[in-house]
Amino acid sequence: MSEYAIEAAGLRRTYRSRTGWLRPQRREVEAVRGVDLTVGNGELFGLLGPNGAGKTTTIKLLNTLLIPTAGEARVCGFDVVRQTREVRRRIGYVFGGDRGLYDRLSARDNLRYFAELYGVPGREQKRRIAELFELVRLTGRENDRVEGYSRGMRQRLHIARGLLHRPSVLFLDEPSIGVDPVAARELRQTVADLAATGTTVLLTTHYMAEADELCGRIAVIANGTIQALGTPAELRHHADGRQVLEVEAYGVGDAQLAAIHALPGVREASVTVAGAAQLLGVQSDAGVDVQAEVLRTLDGVRLGRVTARQPTLEDAYVAIVNRVNAQTRPVEAVAG
Amino acid sequence: MIAVGALLHTKQLSRSPFEIATALIVPVVQATLAVYLFRAGGEPGRLLEAAVGAGLMGVWSSVLFGSGGAIQNQRWQGTLEMIMLAPRPPALVVLPITLATALTGTYAMVATLAWGRLLYGIPLTFADPLAFAVAVPGCIIGLGMFGLLLASTFVLLRNANALTNTLEYPIWLVSGMLVPITALPGWTGPIAAALPTTWGARAVREAATGSGPVWPSLGVCLAISLACLALGAIMMTHVERRARAAATLALA
Repeated sequence: MSEYAIEAAGLRRTYRSRTGWLRPQRREVEAVRGVDLTVGNGELFGLLGPNGAGKTTTIKLLNTLLIPTAGEARVCGFDVVRQTREVRRRIGYVFGGDRGLYDRLSARDNLRYFAELYGVPGREQKRRIAELFELVRLTGRENDRVEGYSRGMRQRLHIARGLLHRPSVLFLDEPSIGVDPVAARELRQTVADLAATGTTVLLTTHYMAEADELCGRIAVIANGTIQALGTPAELRHHADGRQVLEVEAYGVGDAQLAAIHALPGVREASVTVAGAAQLLGVQSDAGVDVQAEVLRTLDGVRLGRVTARQPTLEDAYVAIVNRVNAQTRPVEAVAG
Repeated sequence: MIAVGALLHTKQLSRSPFEIATALIVPVVQATLAVYLFRAGGEPGRLLEAAVGAGLMGVWSSVLFGSGGAIQNQRWQGTLEMIMLAPRPPALVVLPITLATALTGTYAMVATLAWGRLLYGIPLTFADPLAFAVAVPGCIIGLGMFGLLLASTFVLLRNANALTNTLEYPIWLVSGMLVPITALPGWTGPIAAALPTTWGARAVREAATGSGPVWPSLGVCLAISLACLALGAIMMTHVERRARAAATLALA
């Protein structure tokens, strides 16, 4: 058995497309530009990154759905290009969203079909399917058509499908996307239970709290390359020497945001919308008090609560991702 | 696996509101088309042949749109990646889908004959009922295997619908499902002879009207279909790899 469940070296993937017949225009997008990573057996590994960073492409290269343009990868010691069937026998793949299931069939029929496809012996199928319904807490709803399921229930059914053949490695691509907080918590519990039983899990997510809670190590990917890799505690050090000011506001404009960004000592400034309000986050050097200047810049904007706090993993993530354009080579994780 | 897969895909297909609506309307249109075509041709005595031909058109449409449409639907549903990820030869994964589309096509045959009887009083007196009962499923299975060859193209192409639309009418026309092959230009002959649909349609027609021996035609239909199955299996393995390289298994 290989020392690592997943190994990737110099993995690259370019998408090529052509539009138009008379004057065809060719377009190339480099989605993954040289990813190197190893994931140990039984590890729960997180891949974090913004939209279009290359997370899904990386997963699809590792799970054999895509062929790399360059580089190589092995799963459980098998090459993902040359030993496809060996890899597929050992992996499960679950992605987020509403798709990927047969809506007009019952949950049981869905699992029955995929059990056949994945070679689960006939005499074991009934028991295995019942076990999985129990694991993902869908017992009692097995015979309902999937089209009547909520997003959370579909996600749990996806996980059950991915586990039918007892894979050694499970790829979870944003499994909690669009799922309500209660269902997301249940999903996290299911994933944690899986990892506890020795299944290697590679999880991609947008949610820092999810990665922080579940993953032993996290790689931050942006612009097709890994920008930082380490334990959550190690990654948090990327925001060392900073402090965070959060301002609840109503009507912050682009000009004001740019002005805040230009203030001495300010490292990052961003606005997220939370319901009717905006949440302005300002990361600054720890020794510089920027609160008074920020509030002066926001003169005329209706403000709510103002909070100063220590940076979190999310702040470290924002710092890493925002540095991408300025950097050309991956950042080494800072030892904790 | 093939049996369970075909059964569950049939279940999934037969519950689609679009499929149900199509299945209700198309046979009536096909039966009407056939009846008026033969009446206008001054051959009202051959109405059963017309209804059988129209039924076969329905089966072909189901296989064609099923193979193309089902692969495209799998892509839209996000299940194409899931099934191609199974540790099985790709042909084994796709064959149940094409067989399911052929099975749902059986309904088109039955419904066309039933509407022909109800609306136009076509007598359902088959020359050889036993041979008819064997020829129809034989022809349908044959078309399902032919569908695998078509499906391999659809796995590769994201906009397979365009191909299905262009193939529907030429194939049933050239295969002589409704219009006799002898009435077509000579250059269509070799194409017709190479298509399993021609021989399947001929076998079913012969069983219905007693115009010739059923088994040789059915045998040729199944032999060509088996060759299509073998070719489709090889193609499918090649195409699956191409699709992974070209990233066409997913919608985008």
